Amino acid sequence: MPNPRIGILALQGDVEKHRAALERAGATVREVRAPADLDGLDGIVLPGGESTTMSRLLRTGGLFEPLRAFLAAKPVLATCAGLILLAKNVDRLPYETFGLLDITAHRNAWGRQVWSFQEEIAWPHSVNGGRSPFKAIFIRAPRILRVGEGVEVLAGCRGEPVAVRQGNLVALAFHPELSGDDRIQRWWLAGIGR
Amino acid sequence: MKVSTFEEKVGLAEMLKGGVIMDVTTAEQATIAQDAGAVAVMALERIPADIRADGGIARMSDPEKIKEIQAAVSIPVMAKCRIGHIGEARILEALEVDFIDESEVLTPADEANHIWKHPFKVPFVCGCRDLGEALRRIGEGAAMIRTKGEAGTGNIVEAVRHLRAVVGGIRRLTQLDPGELMAEAKKLGAPFEIVKRVAETGRLPVPNFSAGGVATPADAALMRELGAEAVFVGSGIFKSSDPGRMAKAIVEAVTHWEDADRLAKISAGLGRAMKGLDMAEIPEEQILQTRGW
Repeated sequence: MPNPRIGILALQGDVEKHRAALERAGATVREVRAPADLDGLDGIVLPGGESTTMSRLLRTGGLFEPLRAFLAAKPVLATCAGLILLAKNVDRLPYETFGLLDITAHRNAWGRQVWSFQEEIAWPHSVNGGRSPFKAIFIRAPRILRVGEGVEVLAGCRGEPVAVRQGNLVALAFHPELSGDDRIQRWWLAGIGR
Repeated sequence: MKVSTFEEKVGLAEMLKGGVIMDVTTAEQATIAQDAGAVAVMALERIPADIRADGGIARMSDPEKIKEIQAAVSIPVMAKCRIGHIGEARILEALEVDFIDESEVLTPADEANHIWKHPFKVPFVCGCRDLGEALRRIGEGAAMIRTKGEAGTGNIVEAVRHLRAVVGGIRRLTQLDPGELMAEAKKLGAPFEIVKRVAETGRLPVPNFSAGGVATPADAALMRELGAEAVFVGSGIFKSSDPGRMAKAIVEAVTHWEDADRLAKISAGLGRAMKGLDMAEIPEEQILQTRGW
């Protein structure tokens, strides 16, 4: 699909770098803060940020239910806190998540900020075109402790899954928008409308 | 694998954008802040309004207090060290706080030098009053910049002055001829390479937040309007009559700052905001923003 229209959930978090990466990759981007912002979008990005903050703001604005319906039907790329919002089971989160992605995730489970890290990870050929590995940046990142039956693991790091796909949902524990390498966004956009 | 490079430090600052960072002094306050939607808390022994009232030397918080707050919440926990106090910074790093604020709110330890921040694994945020000061701190390794404003006053006028100075300074740089940048760097007292980069990109190389005087949702929306990417609230929450409601309202205002109808609803019936101080009431030796350079 040429020029897909992509929303970014913009209640809080790393909206700007996602916008820049998606625009470089050819998407038209709209920030989503209210239900009407979802109209006519071909897909949505759930960015990194604080999952407790986003969960609270999803409820005060009446966005939770309309967004859940959108996420159940349309292409979704979720990173870090976005992965938490999609996950079926999450530790210690005082809010209900969308619960659409059959994984168990633990928040900030690689350690506090001083343990945030980057690692070269391998991707399937379809994503990186057989070229060099991808520099994945993990910021107070979640760990995926359980993967359900219908969930495909796309990439791993330190022996654990860090990128998964279940139908229309792609979720990453790291931040492709921070590495200045748009291959993952281009691959995800290329799959929209196919 | 590489741990905590500058990319990860700035990365956390990116994640805090569009959020509110709240000063707290107890685990109970930290929980109120998290429930209200804060993206992070700043662990302090006394909030700035009380530091101002009490006088004396203001130092890093007791590590025991910081640990209690870390245990109470899952959001990032920041803490302040004195300007130039490498010893306090090393202790805060050992406690694994998520950000260190090298802050003019505490009594400076070094009147000539700020901390050389690059070798630390923990990211730093520093205050500024204008573009030159912001770029000096970035040169030393700050991963986030905030306006100084005038902490503990509940008066937004200084934060506005400082943010306008930074944003206006950036705008001016983008209009200069490359041949004029070296002279401008000299005038700003800022590293040339960073001046050049700001002139080319039209923005700071690290996130640009606001602090010092935010007391209401409207204040927070004002700072967003002027270009702040997130907002620190110090005394404004726990010196108001209903801290939980004020905190929630400021969080919503930072997200929905462009929606005036929503701001009107958010701002209604919040009780008393902190009383606040006019700048003319503050004796010159009690002004905090002139600490550091």
